[in-house]
Amino acid sequence: MRYRNATAYRFLTPYLLIFAIFWIWPIISSFIISFQATRTVPWRFAPTFNWGRLIGDPAFYNALKNTLLILVIQVPVMISLAIVMAVLLNSPLLKARGLYRFAFFAPVVVGEVAYSAVFRLMFSLDFGIVNKLLDSVGLSKIDWFSNVTPAMAVIMIAVTWRWAGYNAIILLAGLQSIPDDVYEAATLDRVSKLKQFFYITLPLLKPVIVFCAVLSIIGTMQLFTEPFLITERGGPGGGTETLGLLLYRQGFRSLNFGYASAVAYTMAGLAIAITLVQLWLTRDPK
Amino acid sequence: MTSRSQARLGRSIALHLFLTPLALIWLFPLWMMVVFSTMPDNGIFSPAIEMLPHDYFLENVNNLQRDTNFIGAIGISVGVAVTYTFLSVLLTSMAGWALARYEFIGKGGVVAIIFGTITLPYAVVLIPQFIMVARDFALANTWIALIVPPLFNSLGVLFMRQAFSMMPAELFDAARVEGVKEWRIFLFVALPLARPMLAALAIILFLASWNNYLWPLLINSQPGAMTAPVALGTLVGLTKVSWGGIMAGAVMLTVPMLVVFVLLQRHFIAGIAAGAVK
Repeated sequence: MRYRNATAYRFLTPYLLIFAIFWIWPIISSFIISFQATRTVPWRFAPTFNWGRLIGDPAFYNALKNTLLILVIQVPVMISLAIVMAVLLNSPLLKARGLYRFAFFAPVVVGEVAYSAVFRLMFSLDFGIVNKLLDSVGLSKIDWFSNVTPAMAVIMIAVTWRWAGYNAIILLAGLQSIPDDVYEAATLDRVSKLKQFFYITLPLLKPVIVFCAVLSIIGTMQLFTEPFLITERGGPGGGTETLGLLLYRQGFRSLNFGYASAVAYTMAGLAIAITLVQLWLTRDPK
Repeated sequence: MTSRSQARLGRSIALHLFLTPLALIWLFPLWMMVVFSTMPDNGIFSPAIEMLPHDYFLENVNNLQRDTNFIGAIGISVGVAVTYTFLSVLLTSMAGWALARYEFIGKGGVVAIIFGTITLPYAVVLIPQFIMVARDFALANTWIALIVPPLFNSLGVLFMRQAFSMMPAELFDAARVEGVKEWRIFLFVALPLARPMLAALAIILFLASWNNYLWPLLINSQPGAMTAPVALGTLVGLTKVSWGGIMAGAVMLTVPMLVVFVLLQRHFIAGIAAGAVK
């Protein structure tokens, strides 16, 4: 290919303009804002104003703790479930494959607000269908939203329901790229299906699993709508408040842009760390 | 031979015995959404277990419309999603084409920045974007505010770059020899060849815009400027609203997408799976 600078940039300019204005500049800008005192006009440079507050803020540690707690429980459960779904959907023995695919993949198109409203209604105390079903089989009702542990559980269940199929789609594409003859050879050697799963499927699928895990971690780290709508602004009493919700509350309720930017950059720092771990996990062994 | 086919049968039965309950659990929230949307509120909030649809859907749509102008909000959502999808497909395929098909100064840098920032959380840009659009440009509560900022998406660029770079160079060289201009080659040769990829990208972008919540919630908070998810979200948690109405709204947001999903499943799955194939 010979150099075609003018032509190339004519095609690139519209996108690059938008990309620079609404992505690159804000990334830099929020870093700067996080070092400014933004509660008085004009904003002034005050390097420890927000970061100092962040380090001593119990609300920040609460949100960080909740976010990490959801991360370490929900993501592994969901990814394991997604692997099971993908492997079973890929089985040649499966009949009515289309129906099963629909069941697991349908949540992918459901919006956050719609499904949050449904989950809130399903888990309500007296008339929620979940409690009615528990009651009908003789179990006691659970007050899902008045206590932290069950409220957290509802959020994790909701997020898992919404995203397991999404990950299964990606994993299924990964599974289908594993050549059949690997399995044929293993079957000829009388390797059991279970051993094939652990010694062939999982190792070959590892890069895709790590990719899904990173996507899910970064998504869950920004969790906002579910605690905003399902558990009513992070209730009970901040028990399900996440970093995303803290950012919303500080930035757009208290209009404290500097502090909210510091929270945002904490999330970015975590995301960068996780991405680096991913790169390390999937590096080419030399 | 018989024992082997018996073992196969046993495995097949076990497979279906495990997967069927799981599939039913997975369908349950969607099914209940439909059931709730067809029930009056005193039915939803009654001790009886109701799991079959009733016939109260249209009344619930009326109740919802009384609580908020949902039909108007749907109009905004449709208009915004269509415009956004068209513009985003155009911008990202132009950029993807340049990155796939030309050598130019700064190419490595452009690719590095797009790749390097792809895993940064969206939260990082939220506040400056809001300050810029609402204060500096004074564009809050407009369609532009909903459509333009989300156009930065970089996955689309990488997806289209991949699509164009897999096409054989001879196709385009032949046109160049005949003196066809580059933009005509892009529009009339490359784009038609990329139709399946464009369809996959368009579906994913449309869905993202249709379901987008946080940005529209922040930037278009005036009642007449809200998108459908935002309008619906304002009702969740209020005391004097019709929950049947909220569920009818959820159904109106979800069912059209489910139909699209069933009809265009192949493109849908290709679009999502593309994230994994680097």
